[in-house]
Amino acid sequence: MNTGLLVLAVLVIAIAGFILGRRHSLVTANGDIRNLHSLPGYHGQSVFIFAAAPALLLVCVWLLAQPLVIESRVSSMIEPSDIPSGSTLGLVMADVRRISDGLDVAVAQGALTEAQIDNMRADLTDVRSRLADVGIAVGSNVSQNVFLAAKEFRALNGIGRIAMAIAGLALALAGAAFAYSRITPRYRARNVSEGAIKALMILSSTVAILTTLGIVLSLVFETVHFFRLYPAQNFFFNFTWNPQFRGGSDLGIIPLLWGTLYVSFTALAVAVPIGLLSAIYLAEYASSTVRSVAKPTIELLAGIPTIVYGLFALITVGPMLRDYFAQPLGLGSSSSSVMTAGLVMGIMVIPFISSLSDDVINAVPQAMRDGSLGLGATRSETVKKVILPAALPGIVGAILLAASRAIGETMIVVMGAGAAAKLSVNPFEAMTTITVKIVSQLTGDTEFASPETLVAFALGLSLFVVTLGLNVVALYVVRKYREQYE
Amino acid sequence: MSVAEAEKTRERWQTVMSGPAPEHIKMHTRDVCVFYGAKQALFDVDLDIGEREVTALIGPSGCGKSTYLRCLNRMNDTIDICRVTGKIELEGEDIYAPSIDVVELRARVGMVFQKPNPFAKSIFDNVAYGPRIHGLAGSKSDLEDIVVSSLKKAGLYNEVSDRLHEPGTGLSGGQQQRLCIARAIAVNPEVILMDEPCSALDPIATAKVEELIDELRENYSIVIVTHSMQQAARVSQRTAFFHLGILVEVGDTDRMFTNPQDQRTQDYITGRFG
Repeated sequence: MNTGLLVLAVLVIAIAGFILGRRHSLVTANGDIRNLHSLPGYHGQSVFIFAAAPALLLVCVWLLAQPLVIESRVSSMIEPSDIPSGSTLGLVMADVRRISDGLDVAVAQGALTEAQIDNMRADLTDVRSRLADVGIAVGSNVSQNVFLAAKEFRALNGIGRIAMAIAGLALALAGAAFAYSRITPRYRARNVSEGAIKALMILSSTVAILTTLGIVLSLVFETVHFFRLYPAQNFFFNFTWNPQFRGGSDLGIIPLLWGTLYVSFTALAVAVPIGLLSAIYLAEYASSTVRSVAKPTIELLAGIPTIVYGLFALITVGPMLRDYFAQPLGLGSSSSSVMTAGLVMGIMVIPFISSLSDDVINAVPQAMRDGSLGLGATRSETVKKVILPAALPGIVGAILLAASRAIGETMIVVMGAGAAAKLSVNPFEAMTTITVKIVSQLTGDTEFASPETLVAFALGLSLFVVTLGLNVVALYVVRKYREQYE
Repeated sequence: MSVAEAEKTRERWQTVMSGPAPEHIKMHTRDVCVFYGAKQALFDVDLDIGEREVTALIGPSGCGKSTYLRCLNRMNDTIDICRVTGKIELEGEDIYAPSIDVVELRARVGMVFQKPNPFAKSIFDNVAYGPRIHGLAGSKSDLEDIVVSSLKKAGLYNEVSDRLHEPGTGLSGGQQQRLCIARAIAVNPEVILMDEPCSALDPIATAKVEELIDELRENYSIVIVTHSMQQAARVSQRTAFFHLGILVEVGDTDRMFTNPQDQRTQDYITGRFG
């Protein structure tokens, strides 16, 4: 029985439990729901929860634990002599798994029977070619020991799966029976359901937090690894970025960090005024008809894929800036430039700022507007002196979100600003950002132990620290200048 | 509609005048109708607001008294679907004329709202808000004088003199409302509109605000919307009774409460409906 089917079976038991539990609760109450502490639906839910939750939890744990147990049993069967020179136990075990899977496929296709497999010996039969016949490719010739290990692996897996199915179904039935037996008119099934929902929510937030933690930790570990191979002061204070394939690279973050900040700053310089002013217009001045058309239209900008923005930068904006600004001003002749990427990225993040700011401005109580207008203030005075201070936290939040998008953006930078790591103040020169270099260091044929590859993690961590710092600063600004309304 | 029916409607809309019109008329309104979209909220209201006296607007909820009040400084302009017809004059000047600057009008006709709505700024900045935007103070000390005298007029100065730079939102409800009144009088308006200024306050704070209104009468024309008939009787000199968008009866407060002419006014005042 495979896992999907098992989960389905558990759910069927749970649903059956739900229906039976519901009916049983009504029976215990002599058909009058006023005698029940909880509505029949809650009794059903409680049976459902007791049937499904422990069984599914068991299946999850089992699926995580079974491979570990089986791997350790089987890998002890592999002798050191079975490992070809230059290979590792891990690679041999990968072969073992593949052969085991191949035998499963062969049986499923009817190319082999169970009896044939039992009698098969790797030193007599060419296992590799037999498996190739059913479409499974094995890296090297199969030795008898490896083949035995594969058969053992397959057998243990089979036993494990059956055991898991039996245990899971038994637990589901036991849980359902237990919960069913507890149903009485006074049983507080409603509270059980409440507890289960709370547990589900806690579980979800735990998953989110642990994932974040996991990502940060993996970055930190790889970064530490990188700094063992490459001195930290060179990474932070070297002004050149020049990775080489044969070692001796210069991996200074400064030109990349400069490029990132420069491009993001340009983008925000475009997006913040446009976004904020259009938000104020939409929230305070526009009639509801204009608003109902304009707001979704602006939000449409957020739905355009970044690759399309990239094309726009590459084909339209870049050459235009070069022909009309950079060349006449004598600032260079590159169509890839910080300005190109910044402008296009700025357009991309306008909706983040305008839409969110519009929402927070709308949330400022109408009483504040009335108070200001009633004193003879104009609309723009009201906006400037009352509404913006009150909406400040939300607006800063919107700008931060836009900044994070800009800092993390890759595609527009590659197509608009190029991939040359340079340190320059000329906005019409090609530069590049941290994210672009992370991509270029990790793509292609690279060895995962060289500083040239691992630098990507250090770059990623630096980016993370930069955005985190930005958030902290913004939080401080908001605390200091906010005018709070209840 | 037949002629007889029209006559009847006409009669129904006719305002009963119990007593003479005010001696000095500050604001003069004729045939004021207000529409929210297609729905008419006020029908041909004729009412005169006397100078340096308190006019109370009473009537059951939804009768149009707040709507009328908001016509007097054109706060209804902020509502998209609202349309006002008829004539409203301030000192003989039509306030809906194109030549009128609505911002200037609102500086002359100030407003205090139902719920205290101080800005989340310091007490000082709350009061200084109006003088600052209108450029009423020539210097910093001028501004301080205006703030202090406004707070004194609002009877709040003694309670807050040592914490002028703390947020206005930290005051109690009654103090907040008096701060809003101080904020309104700092602009030195001619008329002050009050939309149920005590409905969110406890009896003690209410008494203080009422006392204040009585003092302010010396210098300002005041129009107050209230649900409390005792309050109208206590603070006002003239009372106008609205019902279903019609100004039913207007006259001296004393006459209105002791000897109302219209049956509807009598029913409302004696608590038979509303």
